Amino acid sequence: MTNHWIDIRNADVILIMGSNAAENHPISFKWVMEAKKRGAKLISVDPRFTRTSAKADIYAPLRSGTDIAFLNGMIKYIIDNNLYDEFYVKHYTNAPFLVNPDFKMPGELDGVFSGYDPVKRKYDKSTWSFQKDENGVIKKDFSLQNPHCVFQLLKKHVSRYTLEMVEKITGTPKDKLVEIYKTYASTGRPDRSATIMYAMGWTQHTVGTQIIRAMAIIQLLLGNIGVAGGGVNALRGESNVQGSTDHCLLFHILPGYLKTPRASQQTLKQYNDKYTPKTKEPMSANWWGNYPKYSVSLLKAFFGKNATKENDFGYEWLPKLDDGQNASWIMLFHEMYLGKFKGFFAWGQNPACSGTNAGKVRKALAKLEWMVNVNIFDNETGSFWRGPDMKPEEIKTEVFQLPAAASCEKEGSITNSGRWAQWRYKAVDPPGEAKPDSWIINELYWRVRKLYEKEGGTYPEPILNLDWSYGPKNPEGKVIKIDPHEIAKEINGYFLEDKVVKGRLFKKGTLVPSFAYLQDDGSTSSGNWLYCGSYTEAGNMMARRSKKDPTGIGLYPEWAWCWPVNRRILYNRASVDEYGRPRNPKKPVIYWNGSKWVGDVPDGGWPPLVNKDKTRLAFIMKPHGVAHIFGPGRKDGPFPEHYEPLECPIEANPLHGTRINPAVKLFYENGKGLPEDIYLNADKRYPYVATTYRVTEHWQTGVLTRHLPWQLEMMPQNFVEISEELAKEKGIKSGDKVIVSSARGKVWAIAIVTKRFKPFKIMNTTVHQVGLPWCFGWQYPEDGSGGDSSNLLTPTIGDANTMIPETKAFMVNIEKA
Amino acid sequence: MEVSRRTFLKATGGSLLAGILGFNLKPARSYAETLPIRYAKETTTICPFCAVGCGIIVHSQNGKVINTEGDPDHPINEGSLCSKGAALYQIVNNPVRLTKPRYRAPGAKEWKEVDWDWALDEIAKRIKKTRDETFVRRNAKGQVVNRCDGIAHVGSAALDNEECYILQKWLRSLGIVYIEHQARI
Repeated sequence: MTNHWIDIRNADVILIMGSNAAENHPISFKWVMEAKKRGAKLISVDPRFTRTSAKADIYAPLRSGTDIAFLNGMIKYIIDNNLYDEFYVKHYTNAPFLVNPDFKMPGELDGVFSGYDPVKRKYDKSTWSFQKDENGVIKKDFSLQNPHCVFQLLKKHVSRYTLEMVEKITGTPKDKLVEIYKTYASTGRPDRSATIMYAMGWTQHTVGTQIIRAMAIIQLLLGNIGVAGGGVNALRGESNVQGSTDHCLLFHILPGYLKTPRASQQTLKQYNDKYTPKTKEPMSANWWGNYPKYSVSLLKAFFGKNATKENDFGYEWLPKLDDGQNASWIMLFHEMYLGKFKGFFAWGQNPACSGTNAGKVRKALAKLEWMVNVNIFDNETGSFWRGPDMKPEEIKTEVFQLPAAASCEKEGSITNSGRWAQWRYKAVDPPGEAKPDSWIINELYWRVRKLYEKEGGTYPEPILNLDWSYGPKNPEGKVIKIDPHEIAKEINGYFLEDKVVKGRLFKKGTLVPSFAYLQDDGSTSSGNWLYCGSYTEAGNMMARRSKKDPTGIGLYPEWAWCWPVNRRILYNRASVDEYGRPRNPKKPVIYWNGSKWVGDVPDGGWPPLVNKDKTRLAFIMKPHGVAHIFGPGRKDGPFPEHYEPLECPIEANPLHGTRINPAVKLFYENGKGLPEDIYLNADKRYPYVATTYRVTEHWQTGVLTRHLPWQLEMMPQNFVEISEELAKEKGIKSGDKVIVSSARGKVWAIAIVTKRFKPFKIMNTTVHQVGLPWCFGWQYPEDGSGGDSSNLLTPTIGDANTMIPETKAFMVNIEKA
Repeated sequence: MEVSRRTFLKATGGSLLAGILGFNLKPARSYAETLPIRYAKETTTICPFCAVGCGIIVHSQNGKVINTEGDPDHPINEGSLCSKGAALYQIVNNPVRLTKPRYRAPGAKEWKEVDWDWALDEIAKRIKKTRDETFVRRNAKGQVVNRCDGIAHVGSAALDNEECYILQKWLRSLGIVYIEHQARI
């Protein structure tokens, strides 16, 4: 979230699309209802009429996977009706930038942008560039009239998304489109703001990133980013998925969103040069220009004293991916299926149910030599070998299942969706011999290390040089009681020698107060620069519980701690005019008092825009200081374009000749590929659009809730929601047991015949959509009465940028069991 | 005068009402006076389910959680919880929790309970063996890559920040690059 949960109350319009907040983030709805009480309009757009829709002022259905068409239609409406915030667009976005004249768009090239290579399914992005003057500064037209400026290109790009076309693609009635566009665009004025609440309904598509891009463009056109009641707000689904992302348990990033090194970056200098952006823009802060300070401080946190200037701070000890190598989720299980891995950790996660195409995942697990499964309950992954269709006697995989402590049986912090890191305390000991995850990690670290010390082995340097000072040690050097406070301090970072920075002397061993003080010479450490400031000499900021609210807009700056530097609303300097005055005086986030900013922690302390020589532009994380309406960094185009899901009910894209996202990696094509990865488009055998979703009573695959009698009683078994019309066609009644099948697998479910789904009119034909939760699994309840995971149906395909699987739109059939 | 349940009980007394109601309220009264959380230890925590980050108070006594409820002082949830958050009690008081390490041998049809020491040592041995066997110093192009290609890892967004940090630090020190978790799916 650029903003945070309580801030939702400040919105004048709330769009909930790609999420069902009322059911899946129930307490967030407290703030939605508070906004409504203050006069806000709530819009719900969803293929299904949900509990969120039930509270909405306006509801509109749309076919799964057509969100970009819906949103591009809104962009067209905003531009055509001059409803955008002109000041904001000119000062805070790249709308005035002039683009390379050779750049071409899907309207001109039958569905692709210039530079497409159909064999590699990749773009050469050289034409997705900006025109520069003789000093290397990007050319701009602040009148926004130049045909090559971003604004005019966007206008041209979305001109194809007429109401008629959008209705044809999405199935959303035209009058609903207009009503929603008009309501949402009413926030293009500085004194009004709108927020978007989205979740996996947007990310789990082959065009997921571009759906969010489309919404970000809308928010920028309307001046809704950086303001109270605005922003682009991903409702994250796990208690610490924000923190686990920040700390980068992901193949492509290191803590604080630093990049994982690639083989072509053989030295620290090559690595830093590659990822430190440069700009000729005089007013740009280009914050990522500090990259080497963060990477060197990270290496110091990893390897401590063993990281020296002479050895590149231990850079060689970090593993390198090959250039272009993708080690993301779908690839990981694909490689596992092909036999690449001998060992596997499934730590606090249940891929046998949560992975797309779960049948393939389960088969892949059987190819392993050994697996370590850490959890608080047994689950379908750890016990895969005794699951349906498995022959244990033939499965060679050894499995170690380790019992973990639950949340209140240990101490530490978690970060919520609004970026608040909050400290939790230990209430009781874990049951039996269950242990905190940190205890297990410490034991494994130590035992592997001892083996290398004793026996030697391949390249032991990174293991032996790792710094591991997380509590009191025994004479052998083993940490005997791992202390989360010590880890939190390492994440924050230390001064490793006496150092004067910005005129202040910091003594060796003191905690760094903020990342602005981190150094690239090895004199500071920080395990995650974004969390620098979370645990300082003033104490554990994450444990704070003061409810002061000096701004009156609900920032609660002394409750817990928020990254970065306790800034509660990101890009907040875009909420003011050139003099630093709040553009919405009723809900000021910050203002310039003549010598400094007051309110939220600003995005840097530079004075307002009128101080041309001293100011810095608001979007400090962007190299040119402005937000990207034109986003050349994406793999599938600088503007969002509608493509159909991998599996959809129609044979062709109504807009042009390119049906699916041309930049996605295909695992199956023209009969080639693993049989497990098959997909069938517009195939009579699988005629119904399906989507998956969650229910209030269960969480993710259900491991943590199916084992709770209260939760299971409320929501005991798998179901499929179908429309009254489809039920009539198929002769299915509510309560009937049915088989839902896709090209890849099948599950049983209890039919719920409902008015919540209505048939769509798509390209003049009737299209039915159905939906299933994915919180059930065979392992529990043990009598099998819950059913199995709906991910047995979903396809092997991911978003072009993130490789997040497309589990929100696929094709199924339904038959009575 | 507003009559809450407590003042009602105080004012009337169980025995006086007995005749009117036909039963004695005495047990209810004494129960109210010794609500089990009265002497319990209060610990604040944050809900382990979605990422709204609601505050929860955990009441424990003699090392056992006896009650969990929404934290009224927490600015986000102000005391309210959804059905999952309200069920935290059953996460800690649950007969089917894993309480001992278990091992499943190749071809075995059942789990076997094992000691921590044995499990951890055996895992460490396998990590080292696999790492030594599959470690890649240089890739096909001859570039130094120093990675372990034979082990993959997923998880977890259910861990604390501090645990996530040391987990990825340790995995990366082993050279593992196939590291993923819930954020990708």
